[in-house]
Amino acid sequence: MTALRKPEPARERTVLAVPSMRCAGCMSKIERGLAELSAVASARVNLSARVVTVDHDPSIGAHDLEHALATLGYEAQARRDELAPRLSAARPLLPALAVAGFATMNVMLLSVSVWSGAEGSTRELFHWISAAIGIPAIAFAGRPFFKSAWRALRRASTNMDVPISIGVLVTTALSFYETARGGEHAWFDGALMLLTFLLIGRVLDAMMRDRARSGVDALLGQAARGAMVVGADGKLAWLEAAQLAPGMVMRVAAGERLAADGAIISGHSRFDQSLLTGESAPISLHEGEKALAGTLNLDAPVDVRVSHAGHDTTLAEIVRLMEASTQNRSRYVRIADRAARLYAPVVHTLAALTVVGWLIAGAGLYQALVTGVAVLIITCPCALGLAVPVAQVVASGSLMRAGIMVKDGSALERLAPVDRALLDKTGTLTLGRPQPDTAALASLDGRDAQVALALASHSRHPLARALANALARRGVSPAKVENVREKPGEGVFADWRGLHVALRRPDGASGGIAASLHIEGEPARLIPFSDRLRPDAKAALAQLSRLGIECSILSGDRSEAVAEIARQTGLTAQGNARPQDKQALVGTLRASGRKVLVVGDGLNDGPALAAADASMAPGSASDVGLQASDLVFVHDSLLALPRAVRGARRTMAVVRQNFALAIGYNMLAVPLAIAGVVTPMVAAIAMSTSSLIVVGNSLRLARAAR
Amino acid sequence: MTVLLFLIPAALAIGGLGLAAFFWALRNGQFEDPEGNAARILIEDDE
Repeated sequence: MTALRKPEPARERTVLAVPSMRCAGCMSKIERGLAELSAVASARVNLSARVVTVDHDPSIGAHDLEHALATLGYEAQARRDELAPRLSAARPLLPALAVAGFATMNVMLLSVSVWSGAEGSTRELFHWISAAIGIPAIAFAGRPFFKSAWRALRRASTNMDVPISIGVLVTTALSFYETARGGEHAWFDGALMLLTFLLIGRVLDAMMRDRARSGVDALLGQAARGAMVVGADGKLAWLEAAQLAPGMVMRVAAGERLAADGAIISGHSRFDQSLLTGESAPISLHEGEKALAGTLNLDAPVDVRVSHAGHDTTLAEIVRLMEASTQNRSRYVRIADRAARLYAPVVHTLAALTVVGWLIAGAGLYQALVTGVAVLIITCPCALGLAVPVAQVVASGSLMRAGIMVKDGSALERLAPVDRALLDKTGTLTLGRPQPDTAALASLDGRDAQVALALASHSRHPLARALANALARRGVSPAKVENVREKPGEGVFADWRGLHVALRRPDGASGGIAASLHIEGEPARLIPFSDRLRPDAKAALAQLSRLGIECSILSGDRSEAVAEIARQTGLTAQGNARPQDKQALVGTLRASGRKVLVVGDGLNDGPALAAADASMAPGSASDVGLQASDLVFVHDSLLALPRAVRGARRTMAVVRQNFALAIGYNMLAVPLAIAGVVTPMVAAIAMSTSSLIVVGNSLRLARAAR
Repeated sequence: MTVLLFLIPAALAIGGLGLAAFFWALRNGQFEDPEGNAARILIEDDE
């Protein structure tokens, strides 16, 4: 329990995201490893969110903690301030659900006694107790619905919460009146049961979205948030991105992303700009040339003099462009609300007509009103309110198990009718990272492979890491090498059984990317690297076209590189597209009536992702890509695309069935209500049965991601 | 029927106790990390 204690005043709290932590072993390793540091007061892992919260002395910073975790073997990233207060969507609903559930059970207990024949003063007593429990509980648990309904009404529109709120409030008022005059029927149980069912649906929906969001949060944080700055006295200090100013000199190590735009003042290296421009081939930059924030330094450390920082960078420009186009997304009206727009006027008219009808038939005002209210109660959209959330919860859960995270509640609704897909090339159709050539790997004999793995695992260079992963996947175990040293920009050197061995950049400037393995006394072995199509790309594209979705490539990369992928996939392609061009194309297609899905990963795709009807991004995408997309797929396979579309279409089919079931059930019960024979017991049975049917039908989506 | 005078408050009190316990747990952060709590029982406290 010590970790839950409030930090003492002189302590700082840092929250770090550790995406690779998965088990109890990782938890204890991280907690103990960090606690051993003298400056750390306590470290507490939250495995659900994949973060560790560290209370520490102000003398060390987030960067030191990241380093400490890296030595423990975990890649970690300090969570940025704007992400720190993670608002859970489910938490605020839990107290309401608890109260509603408690009150429903107790009131139902009393109601059952009344239904089974309690009379006279006993019934009156039971009704009063029900009122004493029910009215405060309804006031508390109904707030989420009342608030949302009030917001809609103030905008002179309506949503599903309007008929719910009216139904609940009218029922409560009538029940209280009946209780006060010692009447036969009180409906507190019905109103409470309705709230409980609906809250269960919403809590599940919110929990699913929380899980998707925390999954995506764990992927965030690829853009550099700071840099090592060389001070006037030559000392190095880590500065946050926000503190960088033009004129400062950043030292950018190999494998690091630039935190600001600037010009290189010493050293030369190659830079991967794929996230920023979609350009797949790394570009070589020398002294005096300009490097952009968000690009990845591949080879050697360079010193960069900052020219633009923070909001002036090219990166920030793209983000602004994207924010402007998210607005058309918010105009989307969800299917439940569209249904409510039709449903609410119908039931309210029906209730009014019932009152008028009974008055004409000669009934007293009181009896006519009670019957009208009974119509409202029986048509209260209990099952209708569950129809969408339950189907979405089940489908999202199924998709999540298949590695697809549904970030937005309306994402599946928007994805289902898609008939046009624009796919980015680098990082979307392809893996977006250089992979060692499989033929070259297969031709390495066991001994060479072991040496290569041993060398590669000692470097954080992207090529070395890709090679180490590929070899490890082949089941190679590393050889024992000694005296390992890494020369930045050159390679890794070591001794193995008395021989000099090295994994380094090939001699001579060859065209593609490659590494070469040297073992003393033997010819060098060249391992070419290239970006490859995602696994199952062709199968996925074939499935998409069978689903009636026309696909094409839209990339910011050079036309030749795009043409190569177009040839491999058989798609039409457009290269050299700037972020604005992509966004404009999406706009044109939408204006011509197409429903557009954009799949992309880079910053340059952000504006198009935000402008599309629905959008998807791979888990390796840039922060901007992850945040702008509705769905995120974490596995390498491109089959996630057709899977998500099929899942979305199945979900919408089930949602429509649910609507039909719920409305059909109401149509059976409404004549009874109009005839004035509905009792609280009939209402309770009708409500729970129709809800159960809708839930049961939605459970069929458990395998929606097949 | 006088037994009701005793039973109803008793039933409500027990239910209310459960509700209060839930609220306490919610405030206390017991639902912050369900996955982690499930994994934590596997960690041996050997120090």
